[in-house]
Parts: sequence; C-alpha cells; structure tokens
Amino acid sequence: MNGASDQRLLEVRNLKVHFPVKEGFVKAVDDVSFQIHAGETLGLVGESGCGKTTLGRAIAKLVDPTHGSIWLNGEDIAALSGAQLRARRRQLQMIFQDPYSSLDPRMTAAQSIGEALEIHRLARNAEDRRGRIEELLQSVGLDATHGARYPHEFSGGQRQRIGIARALAVEPSLIICDEPVSALDVSIQAQIINLLHDLQRQRGVAYLFVAHDLAVVEHISRRIMVMYLGKVVELGTAAAVVQTPKHPYTQALISAVPRIEESEERPRTVLAGEMPSPIHAPAGCPFHPRCPIAVDRCKVEVPALREINTAHWAACHLAK
Amino acid sequence: MLEIKNLQLEFRSGERSLRAVDGVSFSIGDGETVCLVGESASGKSVTALSIGRLLPTPPAYYPAGEIILDGHDVLKASKRELRALRGRGVSYIFQEPGASLNPVFRVGAQIKESLKLHRPQAATDGEVVRLLKLVGIGAPEARARNYPHEMSGGMQQRVMIAMAIAAEPRLLVADEPTTALDVTIQAQILDLLAELKRRLGMSLLLITHNLGIVGQIADRVAVMYAGQIVEMAPARQLLRRPLHPYTQALMNSAPKLGSDADRLANIPGNVPSPGAMPSGCRFHPRCAKARPDCSRNAPELIEVEVGRQARCPYWNQ
Repeated sequence: MNGASDQRLLEVRNLKVHFPVKEGFVKAVDDVSFQIHAGETLGLVGESGCGKTTLGRAIAKLVDPTHGSIWLNGEDIAALSGAQLRARRRQLQMIFQDPYSSLDPRMTAAQSIGEALEIHRLARNAEDRRGRIEELLQSVGLDATHGARYPHEFSGGQRQRIGIARALAVEPSLIICDEPVSALDVSIQAQIINLLHDLQRQRGVAYLFVAHDLAVVEHISRRIMVMYLGKVVELGTAAAVVQTPKHPYTQALISAVPRIEESEERPRTVLAGEMPSPIHAPAGCPFHPRCPIAVDRCKVEVPALREINTAHWAACHLAK
Repeated sequence: MLEIKNLQLEFRSGERSLRAVDGVSFSIGDGETVCLVGESASGKSVTALSIGRLLPTPPAYYPAGEIILDGHDVLKASKRELRALRGRGVSYIFQEPGASLNPVFRVGAQIKESLKLHRPQAATDGEVVRLLKLVGIGAPEARARNYPHEMSGGMQQRVMIAMAIAAEPRLLVADEPTTALDVTIQAQILDLLAELKRRLGMSLLLITHNLGIVGQIADRVAVMYAGQIVEMAPARQLLRRPLHPYTQALMNSAPKLGSDADRLANIPGNVPSPGAMPSGCRFHPRCAKARPDCSRNAPELIEVEVGRQARCPYWNQ
C-alpha cells in the first residue's frame, strides 16, 4: 500500500540495548538488524516486555544502544550526541501512546507545534510561523481555532492529531509511532490510522509502527517484524507474515487474535505459560519453553534469522 | 436471574446533573453469558457497577428503573441486604488487576479475606490453594505467599478471579478483564472464564470494547451508545448481520486480520458527552444513513426480529 522507493532510509545493524540489573543484564534488545526504506511502513509487533518499545526509543536515541549501528540517511547516529545529534533529530520524530502525557499541559496546541519549529529554526518570522502552524493543524484535520486551546480541552483522538502535527512540523523522513492508537476508541482509532496513511502518501514519510495489535499493524504496514524476548523472530511482507507465518510464536500470536468474522469454531492455539523475564532468558531458542513443536536442539542452539522464502525470514530451526 | 428494567442513572454535582445511563433494560438467564459492548462514555461500565450498587450516592442517583438480582430489588435494598448480595449474588473483576489488589498483603491472605467475608466456614488455607488451582495457577501453595508485584499481569488477573469466585457468586461481572493483557494471555483468561462459568454454574456479564471477544464467549450481546442500548441480539447473529448503523460502523472501523482493505471505514466525529446529547437519535450526527427526521425523533428500542432488538426505525433499509 505504500509507494516506497528502494532507497534505504534507516539501516539498523546488530543493535543491542542491555540494561544492568543486580542479577546481570536485561537484554531488552539483543542483536537486532533491519532496514526501513523511504516512504514505507515497517510494523513492529510483540507482547509486553519483548523489547519493541526499547528498540523504537533506541533508534530515536532516547536510550543509548549498548552495541551496534543506526544508519539514518547514510550516517551512523548511534554514537552521536549533543549538537550533532540534535541536528539529525529533525529527520526522525516520535509519537507516543498517550498524547495527554506527551503534550505540555500549560502550552496551547499552537505553542506546542511552534516549539518544534523554533528548536530547529524552521520559521523565518512570526508570520511564517503562524502560517505553518495553521497549515499543520489543517493537515491533521484540525483548524486554526484549535491552535489556541490547551491539551485538556481536546478529546484523546484530537490530542493524538496534535502529537502528529508536532512531529510533522520539522518535516522528518521517519516517524517512530509507539502504540499511537491503542489508547483510543475503535471509531477514533480508524480516523487516526487513515490520517497516518494519508500523510504518508502526501509527504512520503516512513513509519516504524510499534503496536501489540496485529490487525492494526497488518493494516498499516508493508512489512512486519515480530519480536520475542529482545530478538526478531520473524520478518516479512505483511501478507506473508499474517497468512503464512513461519515462526511458531507468530502462528500462536495470530491464532490468539479475537476475530469478528468467522467466529464459528476456529482451531485456536492457546499458548501455555508466559514470556519469561528477560533477566532469566532461556538458553537456546528464547521461545522453546512455550513452543508446541520444540525439539532437543532448540534447548541449546540459538536459531539464526534465516530466509525461509524470498524476503520472508524466521528465527526457527524447524521453519520451512 | 438478573433483570434490569428501564435503568436511569444520573451523576449530580451541585446544580449539574449528567445522565450517564438512560433507559437500559436487559436480562441475564442462569448460566448465560451476556456481553455489553461500547466505546468510552457509552455507559457500559456504570451499568455493570450499578448491579452491585458500587457507585456511591452522591454523586450517583437512580431517578427510575429496577435492578432485580436473584429476586431482590438492588436499588431499594438496605445496606445489610446489599452486603449479602455483593459476593454471593454478584462479584466483579476489573481491567487493572494490579490496581485492585492490595500491594502490601500476600495474595493468599487476600483470597482468604474474601472467603471470610462471604463464606466464613470455608476460610482455610486449603480452600485458598483449591481456588488458586481452580484458576490455573501452578504451584499454588508457593504462589499463595507471593505479593502482587511478584506476579505478572495475567497471573494477577487469575488471583482476582479466584477472589471473585471465592464467594461462589450467581453472577460474575468482568469489566474489560483482558484489555490490559497481551493477546496470548487474553486467550488464556477468556478460556478460563468460560470454563469456570461452566463448572460453577455462574452467569457472566462481560464488558468489552472489543467485538472480536464477543464471538468467542458471548451467548447474547448488547451494544451501547451514549447511555442507551442501540442493539441487542444473539452474539453470532449480531456479528454475522449487524442491524443498527452504529454496530455496522463499529464493525467496519476495526481493522480485520487478513483483509486487504486500503482504508478503514471510520465514524466521523466523537462520542457525545453526557452533558451535550444530540437531539433525536443520539447517533444521528455521526450516522452515514441518517435522514432529516433522525435529528427530531428519538427512536425506541424495538423488536425487529425474534430475539433481536434495534434502536433504529430504518434498520431494514
């Protein structure tokens, strides 16, 4: 659905984010590599604690990676800091799950959006600034009168629109969307998803769309990446991952999604147990204790992410 | 077992009065599972909380209506009668198990507390272990000594369920019990609720915003919008062929796994707030099928087919 070119916008290589704890390290992100092309949407799914949010934050450099490189428009930003990093941040923005806690309650919508313009010195003068803010508000489906209002005067969906306008203000080439619709009602969720879709078509911005809701991710993404315990377990086109999932975890995840249609008896794999704590990650394949098809090899040997079909990757010894 | 008739609920503060529930009627039979579905501010949660009179007065007032639970009129019950109805009559589990459990007591002690209140003769360690086993917690003797923070969200929800069924309620109300949980854990908890309902012979009222859950667990479903039921039907029939424009729009706006639709059908505008209800049909400003008279005449919930009700005079057009 995304008319993306082949130009590599983001390339993440062997990224690790390890947090020290009393008992050792939490490997929140463990050796993750992937690319995002200009103008495309990569969906990132997984359950709580799988590392998807930390990965998004590491790319936005809100947490420091322990190891690895993050190439953005041909430049490694993993090691940058200070003024150098600030200058690159313009290319990469973030929107969050709860737009209420990510907007300053004492700033009007126009001030919040204007602040982004000022930080990157994008407005020539006050008039230019006003015009840009108005244009941004309109592009997210609000109007100029909304600019004078404070966050508490908006509904959740409208606040998320302001968060999007603020991210768009600096004309980024990539927006990391961290659960942007999971706090919204279904009818409002559809409005925001359609808005993100339209903005991508108009502006060619790429998204890393992080969410736990597979149906939402499938709808908006061209490709989908699935994470479990800090590792990528599957990566492929949205259609391939959803229709012919290769990793047993992805298969279970898809079968667990409650569906409106075909609600007749559908064979459902209910996974036993829960994701282990990342402090005590199992040896071998991180999924083997819950895996319905695990064999002895899975307990000792970590499976590499390998190409099962063209452009469809899975980290499972048994996938074919 | 439960019969709610023309329930009206208002929140009053000073001069202001907001009607959160306006004329809701439905019943639940023995062993039946009913789902209340709706978006925020639809009135689904406060309707459910009213069954156990869990909303304090003030600010909550009931200007009209009846809630008959097991032959008792809950809205007219004395404090003593209410104490007896809560627990044995109706028990609750909520969305955030972490917020409902007391962080400074071991979970076993909290389950025992629930037993002391509702079945004092059974308040033993053995019964606590039996309940933990019943809700699928492994190593129940050891788990009983855990504090809530030592458990995952899914495990905490199992403890909440154990506390709720400790009273052996006739009706279990589950208010968004899986919304805060991951999808694989959600599947486990829904299976557990269905199994417990069967084994213990309870009725179940499940409140959710997720229509997908309805098909998995419900016998009947009531869709609420702006404080009213807009459609009520057997679950499968409703999902297969929704009749009210709001139910149709709600189903179309949820992305479906494996569909290649380019755009989602969205419902324009926002849910109206209780202080500013539109005239006529409350859904008309957002309804794609609205006609001029929809803004004038408030439609009644009418029986449109056997066992199916809809609040729209144009449901078959």
